[in-house]
Amino acid sequence: MDNNMKREIILDNYSHPTNKTSDGTEGYIKVNSNSESCIDNIDLYIKIEDNIIKDIKFDGEACAISTASTSIMIKNMIGSTIDEAMSMIENFDNMLNEREYDDTNLNEAIVFDETYKQGNRKTCVTLPYTGIKKVLESYKK
Amino acid sequence: MNRNDFPMLNQNIIYFDNGATTLKPKCVIDAMSDYYTNYSANAHRGDYDISYKVDVAYENARKNVAEFINADREEVVFTSGTTESLNMIVSGFFANLLEPGDEVLITRSEHASNVLPWFRLAKTNGIIIKYIELNDHYEVTMESLLSSFTNRTKVVSLAHATNVVGDVRPIKEIAKFVHANDAFLVVDGAQSVPHMKTDVKYLDCDFLAFSLHKMCGPTGVGVLYGKKELLESLIPTNLGGGMNESFDSIDEVVLKELPLRLEAGTQNIAGVIGASSAIDYLNSIGIDNIHAREVELKNYLVSKLERIDHVNIVNPYGESGIVAFTVDDVFAQDVAYYLNKYHICVRAGNHCAKILKNEIGVKNTVRISLYFYNTKEEIDKLVSLLSDKERIIREMI
Ligand SMILES: Cc1ncc(COP(=O)(O)O)c(C=O)c1O
Repeated sequence: MDNNMKREIILDNYSHPTNKTSDGTEGYIKVNSNSESCIDNIDLYIKIEDNIIKDIKFDGEACAISTASTSIMIKNMIGSTIDEAMSMIENFDNMLNEREYDDTNLNEAIVFDETYKQGNRKTCVTLPYTGIKKVLESYKK
Repeated sequence: MNRNDFPMLNQNIIYFDNGATTLKPKCVIDAMSDYYTNYSANAHRGDYDISYKVDVAYENARKNVAEFINADREEVVFTSGTTESLNMIVSGFFANLLEPGDEVLITRSEHASNVLPWFRLAKTNGIIIKYIELNDHYEVTMESLLSSFTNRTKVVSLAHATNVVGDVRPIKEIAKFVHANDAFLVVDGAQSVPHMKTDVKYLDCDFLAFSLHKMCGPTGVGVLYGKKELLESLIPTNLGGGMNESFDSIDEVVLKELPLRLEAGTQNIAGVIGASSAIDYLNSIGIDNIHAREVELKNYLVSKLERIDHVNIVNPYGESGIVAFTVDDVFAQDVAYYLNKYHICVRAGNHCAKILKNEIGVKNTVRISLYFYNTKEEIDKLVSLLSDKERIIREMI
C-alpha cells in the first residue's frame, strides 16, 4: 500500500472514528489506557457475551495516530471471539516489532506496517491494544 | 546570540524546548571532561594534590552560585535538582514545623514538584492546601493573595515564573506581605533563575530551588537556597558520609556545619564543576542581556502567532520566554509531531501542571520556551509552518 493511501485511511479514521462515544455503555467493561511518553489518554468500553466481543466504544483525548489505531482495532475486533482477538493483538504486535506476521486479517491495520521505523509513534499505535489486552486476559481467567 | 558556543546547534535542529532543559555550551562540557580526565578524585576526603584540587573546585562552584543569587556561601546546598530541593524543604523543614490545620498557599499553575510534596504533607500532617485564585491572565495578584491568606496561613509556595503560562510573580511584594504576617515564602526558581536576575536578599524569600540543567549546566545538579537560620533547622533527609563530624553510638552523632550537613555521600562532583562553568558562561553574557533578549524574542513570536487565526495563544502577556498555544482542531501532540518533521523541537502536553487544565479550559497545549540562542529566523520558520492548517493536518501523520 502506498503512503498516500495509508495517510488517507489514517486521516479518515481520525476524522470519523468508529464508535467514539461513551453513550450507551452501561454494562460494558471499562478500561483506561494512557501512555507515559505521550499525552494520549483513552477509555475503552467493551461488551463481551458468550466469549464473543459484541461491541467496543471509546472516548478520550488522543493524537491522530492513536485515534485511528483505536478506530481500526474496533472495526477488526467486533464480532470476534476472545481467542481470535488475542491472536489479532499478537499478530499486530509481531508486525510492529519486525517479527513474522500474517497480513490476511489485518485489514486497515496494515497501514501501520512501517511504524516500527518510528520509535516515538509505536506507543501511539499500540495504545488501544494495551488496554483491551488487559480486559481480555482478566476475562479469560 | 552566542550560537557558536553550542555544539548541539551544529545539528540541523530548532530547539524550542528550553523550559524542559537547555543546550550546553562547549565550555561546560569541557569543564566536566577536564575533571574526569585530569583530576578525577573525591571531594572533602583526600590528602593528596588532585583531591585537594577537587575540594577547591567544588567549593569555588558553591561560591560562584552563591554570588549569582547574592546568597552567602553556607546558604547554598547542592542537590540533584529543583525537585529534590523542594522535597527537602517540605519534608526536612516544614514537616517538623507545621501543625494540623495550618494552611499552605499554592496555585493551580505550579509544577508537580511544588504540589505533590505538599499533598503528601496534607496526608501525613493534616495541613490544608489552598489555591490562590489566578486572574484572567492566569497571574497571581496581591489582591488574590490577600483574599486567600488567613491567620492559619503558614507558608506561601510559588514558582517565580511558571512553566506553562510563563507569568512572573511579584515575589518581592509577596515576601513583604508574607513576612509581615509571620509566614514563610518558598520560591520555585526553576523557570526564573536561568532567565532573570535573582537576588535572594532583595527578594527576601526564605527558600529558593532551581536546576542548573535549565541554565546551560549539566543534568543532575540543583540548588537549595535557604536563609541560614532556617537551614540550621532543616533536618537532613540523607545521612551518611561527608555530613557528620563524628559518631560513636546512637546518642553521640555530631553533624557537620552547613551546608555540608545537607550533602550526604559523594556528590555529583563533575556536575557541580560543570554548573560552575555554566554560571561563568551566563555571567559573561550578562543575565540582564539574556532576559532582554528573551523578552524581545517572545514579543516577536507572539506578534507573529497572533496573526494566525487557527492559533490560540494561552498567555501573550508574561515577561518570560514561554508561549503556550493550541491549534484549532489539531491535538497538541500532532502539532509537535508535525513540527518534528522539520526538526523543530517543541513540547506538547500538560507540562507537569496537571491541575491547571481546569483553569485554562484545555488539557494539552504546545509550548515554545525560548532561550537567548534562539533567533528570529527560527521563529519565522515555525510561524510559516503553522500558518497553513490544512498542511498541518496533511503532514501530521
Ligand atoms: C516551574 C518548575 N518547577 C520545577 C521543575 C522541576 O525541575 P527538575 O525536573 O529539574 O527537578 C520544573 C522543570 O520542568 C519547572 O518548570
